[in-house]
Amino acid sequence: MVASILASGLAVGAVYALIGVTYNTMFSASRVISFTAGMLGMLGGVFGSLFTLRLGLPLVVGFLLTMACCAAVGVVTEFVAVRPVLKSLDQHLYVLSTLALSIMIQQLTATEWSTEPQRFPRLFDIGAGIFDEKFWLPIVACGVAMGALEILYRHTLVGKAFLAIAEDNFAARALGLPERNLRIASYALAGMIGAIAGFAGGELLLAFVANGSLLNFYGFVAVALGGLGNNRGAVVAGFALGIYQQAANFIVGGIFSSVAVFALFIVLLLAAPQGLFGAPTVRRV
Amino acid sequence: MSGVSEAIPQMSMDGGRERMRNSLVSILPFIAIFAIALVLPFFTNDYWVLIATRTAIYWLLVGALNLVVGFAGQLAIGYVAILTLGAYVTTILSGGNVLPPVPPFVALFIAGVAGSVFGVIVGLPALRLRTFYFAITTFGFATIVTQIALAWQSVTGGGIGLPGPEFPAPFNSRLGFYFFCLACAALCTWMTANVAHSRFGRALIAVRDVEVAAEAVGISKARLLVTVFIFTGAAAAVAGGLFATLQTYITPDAFTFDLSILFFISILIGGRGSILGPMLGTIILTLLPEIAAPLATWSTFLYACLLLAVVLAMPGGIARLLDFKSRKPLDRDRAIVPRASAIVEALQSVQMREPLILDGVVLSFGGVRAVDGVNLEILPGEIHGLIGPNGSGKTTILNIISGYYRPEAGSVRLGGAALEHRSTVVRAGSGIARTFQTPRVVGEATVLQNVLIGGTIRGRANFLETLFSLLRHRQDEERFRAEGLLALRAVGLSDLADVRADRLQHSELRFIEIARALMGRPSILLLDEPAAGLSADEIRRLGQLVKQVSQCGTAVLVVEHHADLIFDICNRVTVLNLGQVLAKGTPAEIRVHKEVVSAYLGG
Repeated sequence: MVASILASGLAVGAVYALIGVTYNTMFSASRVISFTAGMLGMLGGVFGSLFTLRLGLPLVVGFLLTMACCAAVGVVTEFVAVRPVLKSLDQHLYVLSTLALSIMIQQLTATEWSTEPQRFPRLFDIGAGIFDEKFWLPIVACGVAMGALEILYRHTLVGKAFLAIAEDNFAARALGLPERNLRIASYALAGMIGAIAGFAGGELLLAFVANGSLLNFYGFVAVALGGLGNNRGAVVAGFALGIYQQAANFIVGGIFSSVAVFALFIVLLLAAPQGLFGAPTVRRV
Repeated sequence: MSGVSEAIPQMSMDGGRERMRNSLVSILPFIAIFAIALVLPFFTNDYWVLIATRTAIYWLLVGALNLVVGFAGQLAIGYVAILTLGAYVTTILSGGNVLPPVPPFVALFIAGVAGSVFGVIVGLPALRLRTFYFAITTFGFATIVTQIALAWQSVTGGGIGLPGPEFPAPFNSRLGFYFFCLACAALCTWMTANVAHSRFGRALIAVRDVEVAAEAVGISKARLLVTVFIFTGAAAAVAGGLFATLQTYITPDAFTFDLSILFFISILIGGRGSILGPMLGTIILTLLPEIAAPLATWSTFLYACLLLAVVLAMPGGIARLLDFKSRKPLDRDRAIVPRASAIVEALQSVQMREPLILDGVVLSFGGVRAVDGVNLEILPGEIHGLIGPNGSGKTTILNIISGYYRPEAGSVRLGGAALEHRSTVVRAGSGIARTFQTPRVVGEATVLQNVLIGGTIRGRANFLETLFSLLRHRQDEERFRAEGLLALRAVGLSDLADVRADRLQHSELRFIEIARALMGRPSILLLDEPAAGLSADEIRRLGQLVKQVSQCGTAVLVVEHHADLIFDICNRVTVLNLGQVLAKGTPAEIRVHKEVVSAYLGG
């Protein structure tokens, strides 16, 4: 039992972690927490199934197209729901605009795709039992994505520019960084991370429209516990959350496991609103 | 003096007539809507009665939720959770499938009680979490409740569901039930309107838009929000019980998150801080899919489009569209003319007059000693100036006195008693009021409402009395209004009482803040750069105003960069530099003090 808890826990944890990173990537670029993060994960599965199964494209092409589509959705988010409300960030209108956009994405998917879970293709057909690819693939995807992000942020000029606008937007602009383009790029990047999460977790979670709000919630739990804007925190919290949830799943049964996750989330968040790895908030007066 | 007291009764009589007309105009749309609702069954068929019943039930929930979302600004997107709870509690208790059955009205009442408890649980995270965080926790509640309803088959019937409760005659007929729901909706409208036009409603919008200022006038966010959550929870659960009856058969599928979205979006499309707007929003959103049948599958998509459109293009919502009064241009050459007699009248009831003493106060931010052993004594009736270069610790001292920061060492005392640290909301009760460097004024409220926020803790009616508009509530409001107008006359803004505050100039906002502070009947008034952004003329009037306030016995501590104003009005001046007192004395002494001249004033 422990083995299957670990296998499925780490697998869903990896998806939650990647959605957490999606949240963070958008947040770092714009100080906006977007309800579209989970939707991007859901779309990763839906587009993947659409391109490879329904349209019968080769896997690699399907994957690249999925990435491209989710990146486009990310950019649309930036244009429609983020940029117009950035001027009045203190009014938190972004909560409403991104909520509206995420509902639109969800409804559009439900109507045009399906309200029922749809099959996702088997990608490599390697492994069985607890070593089945549907368990290890999300974990590998999470590792690769984190590694790639690390290289991007530490060793490329664009990545360093991302870090600069995340650290201090005004100063970065004063230095002449093209803040707006970097923000658009960040949203495209967030879309691709969400796509990876959905595509790699497709065999586990299927191409299912209801995954959107589910991933929104669990991904945000990972972000909130790991500390907003802290990718490593999100990954640690995501894996911990996945294992905790699957353990609860095996011990008290499916539906009460979400009660268990939710209860823990509320308690931890009330105890440490800045997250377990975050810094306390700044002065207000 | 006599001239003024003659003028006032006449003014209030005119004001009374105008007020009557204004309040008539403002309740007219509600009367019209409910009149249409009342005659609706006689002109249409059963189908439309069903729709109207559903609208009334939704409004029962949305109207109460409006206090949480529209007034308090809390992004509670998951209130379908309480609707679900209310529906199941009413159904299970009246159906008797677990306990012996109880009459439906008793079941509905118990559901209301359960809803108020659950409302507090759902709302509690709002006291610590903000915006997105709170939104997602309410979303979590909505998901959890539906899942429990699905899983707890022995009680809820699981996915198969339960037959809904049936009310006794005459409420079991379609029409009887409709009129019952309509009555509930009307009651809810009346109650929320009472709250909205009370100190509670004003405190809610203060918490929403100017939280820091709300603390300074003594509003306890936690107590206020919990009170409102109790009311909203009860109303939402009762709405749930009625919803279950309307459905005749309930399954967890009936309580989709889309329903929650409808409630939430109705309020935002209607406009924050309005009652009519969200009511129209509820009606429109409920009717929209009915009017155009092909839209039914797309209704949620449509709501989301509307929400996006409102957020991006029309943040004030329907209420702003209907706000014709605020389109009239304001008088361009209006002037702020404070009235000395009104200041005397406003402050005559101030009781405590004790010196405020800071003794060896120390506070650091990180490695910076912002305040480094400051001693300060402010006597009743004096104007004490606090000057110094930027970063010398002036505003920090004000914030320590207001209770936003706790000093690491030293004490702050009022008379003999030490002020409790780290509890801003008790300061107003001790007679300390303040203004802010950047005026913190609720833009969407009128000038008068903003001023009345300052009197919040002096109200006597409790929430229940306000809800039912009992005598003490009406007395409170009558008194508040008179005092608010008096405070506005004192600072010279009485002509603008009913104008929305975001239409005013910066300098006028500064005087609103002073009027709000006067509403608290302060014995100590803290002014943080009151002259910043004012014209020379306005600064002169501000000086006279402050002098008059101090002559009434109130101590005034002014932080200011306008050296001329400080030297003109202050009895004593303290100069700070790098967190320490550089010099103390009368304006004449300070003006020639060598170190002050070299550190701050310049030669």
